[in-house]
Amino acid sequence: MSRRKNVFEGKRSLSSLFQSRKFRSWVANILWYAVMLVLAFLAVMPFLWMISTSLKGPEEVFTYPPRWIPKAWCFQNYVDAFKAEPFARYFYNSGLVALCVTAGQLISCSLAAFAFARMEFWGKGFMFGLVLSTTMISTQVTLVPSYLIIQKLDWIDTYQGLIIPFIANAFGIFMLRQAFKTIPDELEDAAKLDGCGRLRFLWKVCIPLVKPTLAAQALFAFMGNWNAYLWPLIVTNRQEMRTLQIGLRYFVSQEGGTEWGVYMAATMMVITPLIVLYFTIQKSFIEGIATTGLKG
Amino acid sequence: MNKDSSDLQTEVAFRKGKKRRKRKETLAAYAFLAPSLLIFLVFTFFPAIFSLVAGFLRWNLPFDPTFISLRNYEYLFVDEIGAAAFGNAMLNTLYFMLGIPINMAISLCIAILLNRRLPAVGLFRTAFFLPTMTSMAAISVVWIWLYHPADYGLFNSILIQAGLPIQSWLRDPQLAMPCLIAMGVWRGMGYNIVIFLAGLQNIPGDLYESAEIDGANWLDQFRWITLPLLSPTTFYILIIGVINSLKAFTEIDVMTQGGPLGVTTTIAYFLYQYAFQYFQIGLASAIAVVLFLITLILTLIQFRFVEKRVHYV
Repeated sequence: MSRRKNVFEGKRSLSSLFQSRKFRSWVANILWYAVMLVLAFLAVMPFLWMISTSLKGPEEVFTYPPRWIPKAWCFQNYVDAFKAEPFARYFYNSGLVALCVTAGQLISCSLAAFAFARMEFWGKGFMFGLVLSTTMISTQVTLVPSYLIIQKLDWIDTYQGLIIPFIANAFGIFMLRQAFKTIPDELEDAAKLDGCGRLRFLWKVCIPLVKPTLAAQALFAFMGNWNAYLWPLIVTNRQEMRTLQIGLRYFVSQEGGTEWGVYMAATMMVITPLIVLYFTIQKSFIEGIATTGLKG
Repeated sequence: MNKDSSDLQTEVAFRKGKKRRKRKETLAAYAFLAPSLLIFLVFTFFPAIFSLVAGFLRWNLPFDPTFISLRNYEYLFVDEIGAAAFGNAMLNTLYFMLGIPINMAISLCIAILLNRRLPAVGLFRTAFFLPTMTSMAAISVVWIWLYHPADYGLFNSILIQAGLPIQSWLRDPQLAMPCLIAMGVWRGMGYNIVIFLAGLQNIPGDLYESAEIDGANWLDQFRWITLPLLSPTTFYILIIGVINSLKAFTEIDVMTQGGPLGVTTTIAYFLYQYAFQYFQIGLASAIAVVLFLITLILTLIQFRFVEKRVHYV
């Protein structure tokens, strides 16, 4: 009680209280950083271990106790990985498939979204419901029949088998429709007066206006297909048609395989492109997830 | 009279033109929809109906299908061997779902810690999000190495340093599932943190201020403001977690192939085995239909809740 009285009486004790508060928040911040550092280390620890192992020579990989920083840095593992397995081909396959799916999705989603957002037609409500209903059909229930269709089409071990089933996307249509709806009607009227057709209006006016939505959609599509596993696993048999994920899986699951330095080098190569992509567009990416809840 | 009829004529012509324009617009719209609709038709709607039908067939490739009505479902739910295997896969999936609440608790704590304005917050957020970004197949390979059963495996070397006996991790029927859960928590955290952070930032700050004036400590504030106002987010994460657990395949295929002794055969892997290892298309379709129904119910519950539930518990 008396202390409190002091605080309000003298200028000096007031400032000391201020200082003690500042001190307390300083301590809290230090503590916060300490806790965060430990947690963040746990989060990235497997990555660090992967990098560390990928740089170790064969004898150092199998020593106990394990060292985090290799004694002799050995980049040979990366060379060996490329020699042992056609990773260049896998990179090409993964990149081609992910790019084609992304481009295909952007085109098909833009067209459909434009129709739903800016055109009046018979059966619109029903069609939109139909598109949205596809999000409730889980991939498992379509897996076996889709595989049989691909088999009937003779598309096993082909790029079209890896690409075509994924170039329609209900979430993409939905998000782009929302974006197209925000474009004012006056723009469309003006375009019409100038003799601009629908496709031209979509391409020249609408697409540039919804670039952020398109970018988010492109990112999700690319990531989802770069990381895809189950579908490429079942529709590819020949080695040269495997994507990176599948190639890596077969590479490390060879009977009695023990070359962990090489395996970690290969894994490192598989995840590096997406990590680079992530660091370049990190902000828009996290915002995209926070606002849509979507993940590739 | 003459004037009237000419009016009528222009009116009719105008209406005809409007009708024709409308028909043209409908045609154009369907042309715009065509690529998406075609893909949905061939790779979503047709397969879904196909699975419903195939669930009533005995269809073991390469033999021809025969109609057996509900026998596949009988096998999954009544038959002594079939129901045991299916029940086992279901129980494994439930066990696997234990990761969801653990993940949610950890993610919420980290999200609350991250929800302040300090230098380097972005850096920490990146660190937590990194695992979510990377492909599950690659991550699984890294964790196989972490779980290596020899003494030079990282986790075992830590156990040795702590004076504990080494484990065989993924090869131990008792430990295989907890190992998968631990990796799943680690990988799924980043996504949940981002969603929780978005939810936390939507809670108005003056609520905390007035609570502080009323003398509520941080625990009270957490219990009576943060938790209830975050409940829609929490529920969303829970449902997504359950649906993803029902789909979990990659990590199981890369790390354990359903073993040892079938303890990590979750429902998605079970379906894969019947379809692509035993080629029993009919039975696999029946499993897919059951899974589809469970997922559908969960999705509908989620829609209902998101609409109805207004924050307070």
